[in-house]
Amino acid sequence: MIAALIIVFREVFEAGLIVGIVLAVTRTVPHRNAWIAGGVLAGVLAACVVAAFAGALSNLFAGMGQEVFNAAILILAVVMLTWHNVWMARHGKELAGELWAAGKAVVEGSKSLLALAIVVGVAVLREGSEVVLFLYGVLAGGSDSGWSVALGGLAGLVLGALVCMLTYFGLVKIPTRALFTTTTILIALLAAGMAAQAAAFLEKANWLTALDNVVWDSAWLLSDSSLLGKALHTLIGYTDQPTAMQLAVYLAILAVTFVLMRLYGAPAKTATPAPAE
Amino acid sequence: MSFSPLLSKLTLCAAIALVSATGTAQAQSATEIQLSYKDKKFDPAEISAPANAPIVIKLKNLDSKAMEFESKTLKVEKVVAGSSDATINVRAQKPGRYEFFDEYNEKVARGALVVK
Repeated sequence: MIAALIIVFREVFEAGLIVGIVLAVTRTVPHRNAWIAGGVLAGVLAACVVAAFAGALSNLFAGMGQEVFNAAILILAVVMLTWHNVWMARHGKELAGELWAAGKAVVEGSKSLLALAIVVGVAVLREGSEVVLFLYGVLAGGSDSGWSVALGGLAGLVLGALVCMLTYFGLVKIPTRALFTTTTILIALLAAGMAAQAAAFLEKANWLTALDNVVWDSAWLLSDSSLLGKALHTLIGYTDQPTAMQLAVYLAILAVTFVLMRLYGAPAKTATPAPAE
Repeated sequence: MSFSPLLSKLTLCAAIALVSATGTAQAQSATEIQLSYKDKKFDPAEISAPANAPIVIKLKNLDSKAMEFESKTLKVEKVVAGSSDATINVRAQKPGRYEFFDEYNEKVARGALVVK
Protein backbone atom coordinates (compact mmCIF):
# COMPACT_ATOMS: atom_id res chain seq x y z
CA MET A 1 0.00 0.00 0.00
CA ILE A 2 2.82 2.36 0.90
CA ALA A 3 4.58 1.56 -2.38
CA ALA A 4 1.40 2.46 -4.30
CA LEU A 5 1.03 5.65 -2.30
CA ILE A 6 4.58 6.70 -3.12
CA ILE A 7 4.27 5.90 -6.82
CA VAL A 8 1.00 7.77 -7.23
CA PHE A 9 2.12 10.70 -5.11
CA ARG A 10 5.32 11.03 -7.12
CA GLU A 11 3.30 11.30 -10.29
CA VAL A 12 0.58 13.68 -9.06
CA PHE A 13 3.03 15.93 -7.21
CA GLU A 14 4.03 17.88 -10.31
CA ALA A 15 0.45 18.27 -11.52
CA GLY A 16 -0.52 19.42 -8.00
CA LEU A 17 2.08 22.19 -8.05
CA ILE A 18 1.00 23.40 -11.47
CA VAL A 19 -2.71 23.39 -10.68
CA GLY A 20 -1.97 25.29 -7.45
CA ILE A 21 -0.07 27.98 -9.36
CA VAL A 22 -2.79 28.29 -11.99
CA LEU A 23 -5.47 28.61 -9.29
CA ALA A 24 -3.48 31.42 -7.64
CA VAL A 25 -2.84 33.19 -10.95
CA THR A 26 -6.53 33.21 -11.85
CA ARG A 27 -7.99 33.84 -8.43
CA THR A 28 -9.71 37.10 -9.41
CA VAL A 29 -11.04 35.81 -12.72
CA PRO A 30 -14.73 34.87 -12.79
CA HIS A 31 -15.69 31.30 -13.70
CA ARG A 32 -12.11 30.13 -13.26
CA ASN A 33 -13.11 27.07 -11.19
CA ALA A 34 -15.18 25.64 -14.02
CA TRP A 35 -12.34 26.13 -16.51
CA ILE A 36 -9.69 24.60 -14.30
CA ALA A 37 -11.93 21.70 -13.28
CA GLY A 38 -12.57 21.19 -17.00
CA GLY A 39 -8.82 21.15 -17.62
CA VAL A 40 -8.27 18.55 -14.89
CA LEU A 41 -11.14 16.40 -16.16
CA ALA A 42 -9.96 16.59 -19.77
CA GLY A 43 -6.47 15.70 -18.55
CA VAL A 44 -7.74 12.62 -16.69
CA LEU A 45 -9.78 11.45 -19.69
CA ALA A 46 -6.86 12.02 -22.05
CA ALA A 47 -4.59 10.14 -19.61
CA CYS A 48 -6.92 7.13 -19.79
CA VAL A 49 -6.89 7.26 -23.59
CA VAL A 50 -3.08 7.56 -23.68
CA ALA A 51 -2.75 4.69 -21.20
CA ALA A 52 -5.08 2.51 -23.28
CA PHE A 53 -3.02 3.15 -26.40
CA ALA A 54 0.39 3.24 -24.71
CA GLY A 55 1.73 0.45 -26.89
CA ALA A 56 0.57 2.00 -30.15
CA LEU A 57 1.86 5.42 -29.08
CA SER A 58 5.29 3.99 -28.29
CA ASN A 59 5.60 2.42 -31.70
CA LEU A 60 5.16 5.70 -33.55
CA PHE A 61 8.26 7.47 -34.86
CA ALA A 62 10.44 4.37 -34.84
CA GLY A 63 9.74 3.57 -31.19
CA MET A 64 10.13 7.16 -30.06
CA GLY A 65 6.40 7.99 -29.99
CA GLN A 66 6.28 8.58 -26.23
CA GLU A 67 9.19 11.00 -26.27
CA VAL A 68 7.87 12.94 -29.25
CA PHE A 69 4.34 13.03 -27.76
CA ASN A 70 5.67 14.29 -24.43
CA ALA A 71 7.75 16.95 -26.16
CA ALA A 72 4.76 18.05 -28.25
CA ILE A 73 2.38 18.49 -25.32
CA LEU A 74 5.08 20.26 -23.32
CA ILE A 75 5.65 22.68 -26.19
CA LEU A 76 1.88 23.28 -26.29
CA ALA A 77 1.96 24.11 -22.57
CA VAL A 78 4.96 26.43 -23.08
CA VAL A 79 3.11 28.34 -25.81
CA MET A 80 0.02 28.66 -23.60
CA LEU A 81 1.98 29.85 -20.56
CA THR A 82 3.96 32.38 -22.57
CA TRP A 83 0.82 33.61 -24.26
CA HIS A 84 -0.81 34.00 -20.84
CA ASN A 85 2.08 36.11 -19.56
CA VAL A 86 2.00 38.36 -22.61
CA TRP A 87 -1.77 38.66 -22.32
CA MET A 88 -1.47 39.55 -18.64
CA ALA A 89 1.11 42.23 -19.43
CA ARG A 90 -1.57 43.94 -21.49
CA HIS A 91 -4.67 43.24 -19.45
CA GLY A 92 -3.35 42.73 -15.95
CA LYS A 93 -4.18 46.31 -14.99
CA GLU A 94 -7.82 45.95 -15.99
CA LEU A 95 -7.98 42.70 -14.14
CA ALA A 96 -6.66 44.20 -10.93
CA GLY A 97 -9.04 47.15 -11.24
CA GLU A 98 -12.79 47.02 -11.21
CA LEU A 99 -13.12 47.24 -15.00
CA TRP A 100 -13.21 43.52 -15.19
CA ALA A 101 -16.98 43.25 -15.34
CA ALA A 102 -17.07 44.80 -18.82
CA GLY A 103 -18.47 42.25 -21.28
CA LYS A 104 -15.58 42.19 -23.69
CA ALA A 105 -13.05 41.78 -20.93
CA VAL A 106 -14.83 38.65 -19.79
CA VAL A 107 -14.68 37.20 -23.30
CA GLU A 108 -10.98 38.05 -23.49
CA GLY A 109 -10.58 36.58 -20.04
CA SER A 110 -11.95 33.23 -21.08
CA LYS A 111 -9.27 33.05 -23.79
CA SER A 112 -6.63 33.31 -21.13
CA LEU A 113 -8.51 30.80 -18.98
CA LEU A 114 -8.62 28.40 -21.91
CA ALA A 115 -4.85 28.69 -22.25
CA LEU A 116 -4.37 27.92 -18.56
CA ALA A 117 -6.95 25.12 -18.63
CA ILE A 118 -4.88 23.54 -21.42
CA VAL A 119 -1.76 23.85 -19.26
CA VAL A 120 -3.56 22.12 -16.38
CA GLY A 121 -4.86 19.43 -18.74
CA VAL A 122 -1.36 18.77 -20.07
CA ALA A 123 0.10 18.53 -16.57
CA VAL A 124 -2.58 16.05 -15.50
CA LEU A 125 -2.27 14.07 -18.73
CA ARG A 126 1.50 13.68 -18.51
CA GLU A 127 1.53 12.32 -14.99
CA GLY A 128 -1.91 10.73 -15.10
CA SER A 129 -1.32 8.18 -17.83
CA GLU A 130 1.41 6.52 -15.74
CA VAL A 131 -0.87 6.37 -12.71
CA VAL A 132 -3.64 4.84 -14.80
CA LEU A 133 -1.29 2.18 -16.22
CA PHE A 134 0.06 1.34 -12.79
CA LEU A 135 -3.33 1.07 -11.09
CA TYR A 136 -4.83 -0.81 -14.02
CA GLY A 137 -1.98 -3.31 -13.94
CA VAL A 138 -2.52 -3.94 -10.24
CA LEU A 139 -6.31 -4.16 -10.36
CA ALA A 140 -6.33 -6.31 -13.50
CA GLY A 141 -3.93 -8.67 -11.74
CA GLY A 142 -6.79 -9.56 -9.40
CA SER A 143 -4.44 -10.31 -6.52
CA ASP A 144 -5.52 -9.93 -2.88
CA SER A 145 -3.40 -6.82 -2.63
CA GLY A 146 -5.54 -5.06 -5.26
CA TRP A 147 -7.68 -3.14 -2.82
CA SER A 148 -4.84 -2.18 -0.56
CA VAL A 149 -2.99 -0.84 -3.59
CA ALA A 150 -6.06 1.07 -4.75
CA LEU A 151 -6.31 2.56 -1.27
CA GLY A 152 -2.66 3.54 -1.36
CA GLY A 153 -3.21 5.11 -4.77
CA LEU A 154 -6.15 7.07 -3.44
CA ALA A 155 -4.06 8.31 -0.50
CA GLY A 156 -1.40 9.38 -3.00
CA LEU A 157 -4.01 11.36 -4.93
CA VAL A 158 -5.19 13.06 -1.74
CA LEU A 159 -1.59 14.02 -0.91
CA GLY A 160 -1.23 15.45 -4.42
CA ALA A 161 -4.35 17.53 -3.88
CA LEU A 162 -2.80 18.72 -0.61
CA VAL A 163 0.32 19.90 -2.49
CA CYS A 164 -1.99 21.79 -4.82
CA MET A 165 -3.77 23.48 -1.90
CA LEU A 166 -0.54 24.34 -0.09
CA THR A 167 0.84 25.93 -3.27
CA TYR A 168 -2.36 27.89 -3.75
CA PHE A 169 -2.67 29.16 -0.18
CA GLY A 170 1.04 29.96 -0.06
CA LEU A 171 0.77 32.09 -3.18
CA VAL A 172 -2.45 33.93 -2.33
CA LYS A 173 -0.90 35.08 0.95
CA ILE A 174 1.23 37.38 -1.19
CA PRO A 175 -0.37 40.86 -1.52
CA THR A 176 -2.13 41.43 -4.85
CA ARG A 177 0.43 43.87 -6.28
CA ALA A 178 3.37 41.61 -5.57
CA LEU A 179 1.35 38.55 -6.59
CA PHE A 180 1.20 39.72 -10.20
CA THR A 181 4.98 40.09 -10.46
CA THR A 182 5.53 36.83 -8.58
CA THR A 183 3.23 34.80 -10.78
CA THR A 184 4.62 36.39 -13.95
CA ILE A 185 8.12 35.28 -12.97
CA LEU A 186 6.85 31.88 -11.77
CA ILE A 187 5.04 31.24 -15.05
CA ALA A 188 8.01 32.37 -17.15
CA LEU A 189 10.29 29.98 -15.23
CA LEU A 190 7.70 27.21 -15.43
CA ALA A 191 7.50 27.68 -19.21
CA ALA A 192 11.28 27.79 -19.59
CA GLY A 193 11.61 24.61 -17.51
CA MET A 194 8.98 22.83 -19.59
CA ALA A 195 10.70 23.89 -22.80
CA ALA A 196 13.99 22.48 -21.51
CA GLN A 197 12.16 19.24 -20.61
CA ALA A 198 10.73 19.12 -24.13
CA ALA A 199 14.29 19.51 -25.46
CA ALA A 200 15.38 16.64 -23.18
CA PHE A 201 12.64 14.40 -24.63
CA LEU A 202 13.68 15.27 -28.18
CA GLU A 203 17.28 14.49 -27.26
CA LYS A 204 16.16 11.06 -25.99
CA ALA A 205 14.35 10.50 -29.28
CA ASN A 206 17.57 11.47 -31.12
CA TRP A 207 15.66 14.22 -32.89
CA LEU A 208 17.90 16.80 -31.30
CA THR A 209 21.57 15.93 -31.32
CA ALA A 210 23.32 19.30 -31.40
CA LEU A 211 24.81 20.70 -28.18
CA ASP A 212 24.24 17.46 -26.33
CA ASN A 213 27.21 17.87 -23.98
CA VAL A 214 26.33 17.90 -20.28
CA VAL A 215 27.22 21.34 -18.94
CA TRP A 216 27.36 20.47 -15.25
CA ASP A 217 26.57 17.63 -12.87
CA SER A 218 25.13 18.81 -9.58
CA ALA A 219 23.60 15.47 -8.58
CA TRP A 220 25.96 15.40 -5.56
CA LEU A 221 24.41 18.66 -4.35
CA LEU A 222 20.77 18.18 -5.24
CA SER A 223 19.51 15.18 -7.19
CA ASP A 224 16.54 16.01 -9.37
CA SER A 225 14.87 12.81 -8.22
CA SER A 226 14.77 13.95 -4.57
CA LEU A 227 11.56 15.62 -3.44
CA LEU A 228 13.10 19.11 -3.31
CA GLY A 229 14.89 18.48 -6.61
CA LYS A 230 11.63 17.35 -8.17
CA ALA A 231 9.77 20.42 -6.89
CA LEU A 232 12.46 22.70 -8.29
CA HIS A 233 12.43 20.66 -11.49
CA THR A 234 8.74 21.41 -11.94
CA LEU A 235 8.87 25.02 -10.78
CA ILE A 236 12.04 26.39 -12.35
CA GLY A 237 13.17 23.50 -14.53
CA TYR A 238 16.08 22.43 -12.31
CA THR A 239 17.92 19.41 -13.61
CA ASP A 240 21.18 18.04 -12.25
CA GLN A 241 22.74 17.23 -15.64
CA PRO A 242 21.53 19.78 -18.19
CA THR A 243 22.82 19.68 -21.73
CA ALA A 244 23.93 22.86 -23.50
CA MET A 245 20.82 22.57 -25.66
CA GLN A 246 18.51 22.45 -22.65
CA LEU A 247 20.18 25.55 -21.20
CA ALA A 248 19.97 27.41 -24.52
CA VAL A 249 16.26 26.57 -24.87
CA TYR A 250 15.63 27.59 -21.26
CA LEU A 251 17.26 30.99 -21.69
CA ALA A 252 15.65 31.52 -25.09
CA ILE A 253 12.14 31.08 -23.63
CA LEU A 254 12.87 33.56 -20.84
CA ALA A 255 14.18 36.07 -23.38
CA VAL A 256 11.25 35.56 -25.75
CA THR A 257 8.77 36.02 -22.88
CA PHE A 258 10.50 39.21 -21.80
CA VAL A 259 10.65 40.66 -25.31
CA LEU A 260 7.02 39.78 -26.10
CA MET A 261 5.84 41.26 -22.79
CA ARG A 262 7.72 44.46 -23.66
CA LEU A 263 6.38 44.58 -27.20
CA TYR A 264 2.75 43.75 -26.56
CA GLY A 265 2.29 44.78 -22.98
CA ALA A 266 0.41 48.08 -22.70
CA PRO A 267 2.44 50.88 -21.16
CA ALA A 268 1.46 51.32 -17.52
CA LYS A 269 -1.63 53.52 -17.37
CA THR A 270 -3.25 55.12 -14.40
CA ALA A 271 -6.44 53.32 -13.59
CA THR A 272 -8.94 55.70 -15.14
CA PRO A 273 -12.21 53.94 -15.81
CA ALA A 274 -11.91 53.99 -19.60
CA PRO A 275 -14.07 51.62 -21.65
CA ALA A 276 -12.43 48.28 -22.30
CA GLU A 277 -10.51 48.23 -25.56
CA MET B 1 13.05 42.41 -13.85
CA SER B 2 16.28 44.34 -14.32
CA PHE B 3 18.27 41.18 -14.93
CA SER B 4 16.50 40.59 -18.20
CA PRO B 5 18.66 42.64 -20.63
CA LEU B 6 21.63 40.58 -19.52
CA LEU B 7 19.52 37.51 -20.00
CA SER B 8 18.62 38.45 -23.56
CA LYS B 9 22.31 38.94 -24.36
CA LEU B 10 23.14 35.55 -22.90
CA THR B 11 20.38 34.00 -24.94
CA LEU B 12 21.62 35.65 -28.09
CA CYS B 13 25.07 34.20 -27.46
CA ALA B 14 23.49 30.80 -26.82
CA ALA B 15 21.49 31.05 -30.03
CA ILE B 16 24.60 31.90 -32.04
CA ALA B 17 26.46 29.02 -30.46
CA LEU B 18 23.50 26.82 -31.29
CA VAL B 19 23.49 27.72 -34.96
CA SER B 20 27.23 27.30 -35.31
CA ALA B 21 27.15 23.96 -33.53
CA THR B 22 24.44 22.43 -35.69
CA GLY B 23 25.90 19.73 -37.82
CA THR B 24 28.71 18.83 -35.46
CA ALA B 25 26.55 16.18 -33.81
CA GLN B 26 28.24 13.14 -32.38
CA ALA B 27 28.94 10.40 -34.86
CA GLN B 28 30.15 7.56 -32.65
CA SER B 29 28.24 4.37 -33.27
CA ALA B 30 25.84 3.32 -30.55
CA THR B 31 26.14 0.13 -28.53
CA GLU B 32 22.99 -1.95 -28.82
CA ILE B 33 21.93 -4.11 -25.88
CA GLN B 34 19.11 -6.64 -25.76
CA LEU B 35 17.18 -6.85 -22.50
CA SER B 36 14.01 -8.70 -21.60
CA TYR B 37 11.58 -8.41 -18.72
CA LYS B 38 9.51 -11.31 -17.42
CA ASP B 39 7.83 -12.07 -14.07
CA LYS B 40 9.15 -8.81 -12.66
CA LYS B 41 12.76 -9.71 -13.49
CA PHE B 42 15.22 -8.24 -15.94
CA ASP B 43 17.17 -10.71 -18.05
CA PRO B 44 20.09 -10.31 -17.92
CA ALA B 45 20.01 -8.45 -14.62
CA GLU B 46 23.35 -6.87 -15.40
CA ILE B 47 24.29 -5.48 -18.78
CA SER B 48 27.48 -3.76 -19.82
CA ALA B 49 28.55 -1.21 -22.40
CA PRO B 50 31.70 0.70 -23.32
CA ALA B 51 32.14 4.22 -21.97
CA ASN B 52 31.77 7.42 -23.98
CA ALA B 53 29.51 6.01 -26.67
CA PRO B 54 25.73 6.26 -26.92
CA ILE B 55 23.82 3.17 -25.83
CA VAL B 56 20.58 1.78 -27.22
CA ILE B 57 18.66 -0.63 -25.01
CA LYS B 58 16.16 -2.85 -26.81
CA LEU B 59 13.73 -3.91 -24.11
CA LYS B 60 11.18 -6.71 -24.55
CA ASN B 61 8.42 -6.67 -21.95
CA LEU B 62 7.23 -10.30 -21.92
CA ASP B 63 4.76 -9.72 -19.07
CA SER B 64 1.18 -8.90 -19.97
CA LYS B 65 1.19 -5.79 -17.78
CA ALA B 66 2.74 -2.45 -18.58
CA MET B 67 5.99 -1.56 -16.84
CA GLU B 68 8.00 1.63 -16.56
CA PHE B 69 11.70 1.34 -17.22
CA GLU B 70 13.42 3.93 -15.11
CA SER B 71 16.93 4.90 -14.15
CA LYS B 72 17.64 7.98 -12.10
CA THR B 73 21.32 8.05 -12.92
CA LEU B 74 20.84 7.42 -16.64
CA LYS B 75 17.96 9.92 -16.75
CA VAL B 76 15.64 7.46 -18.43
CA GLU B 77 11.94 6.96 -17.87
CA LYS B 78 9.90 5.00 -20.33
CA VAL B 79 6.54 3.27 -20.16
CA VAL B 80 6.53 -0.10 -21.92
CA ALA B 81 3.09 -1.57 -22.61
CA GLY B 82 2.41 -5.24 -21.78
CA SER B 83 3.82 -7.77 -24.28
CA SER B 84 5.61 -5.18 -26.36
CA ASP B 85 9.05 -3.87 -27.24
CA ALA B 86 10.67 -0.53 -26.58
CA THR B 87 13.81 1.24 -27.68
CA ILE B 88 15.59 3.33 -25.09
CA ASN B 89 18.30 5.77 -26.13
CA VAL B 90 20.92 6.51 -23.50
CA ARG B 91 23.52 9.20 -24.03
CA ALA B 92 27.23 8.39 -23.77
CA GLN B 93 28.19 7.69 -20.17
CA LYS B 94 31.29 7.78 -18.00
CA PRO B 95 32.48 4.46 -16.52
CA GLY B 96 30.38 3.39 -13.56
CA ARG B 97 27.46 1.31 -12.40
CA TYR B 98 24.02 2.63 -13.27
CA GLU B 99 21.00 1.02 -11.66
CA PHE B 100 17.66 0.72 -13.38
CA PHE B 101 14.31 -0.67 -12.26
CA ASP B 102 10.65 -1.06 -13.10
CA GLU B 103 9.03 1.86 -11.35
CA TYR B 104 5.86 -0.14 -10.74
CA ASN B 105 7.83 -2.83 -8.89
CA GLU B 106 10.80 -0.87 -7.63
CA LYS B 107 11.72 -3.24 -4.79
CA VAL B 108 12.06 -6.46 -6.76
CA ALA B 109 12.50 -5.57 -10.40
CA ARG B 110 16.02 -4.16 -10.53
CA GLY B 111 19.02 -4.38 -12.76
CA ALA B 112 22.17 -2.46 -13.59
CA LEU B 113 24.16 -1.19 -16.53
CA VAL B 114 27.90 -1.36 -16.04
CA VAL B 115 29.81 1.10 -18.20
CA LYS B 116 33.51 0.27 -18.63
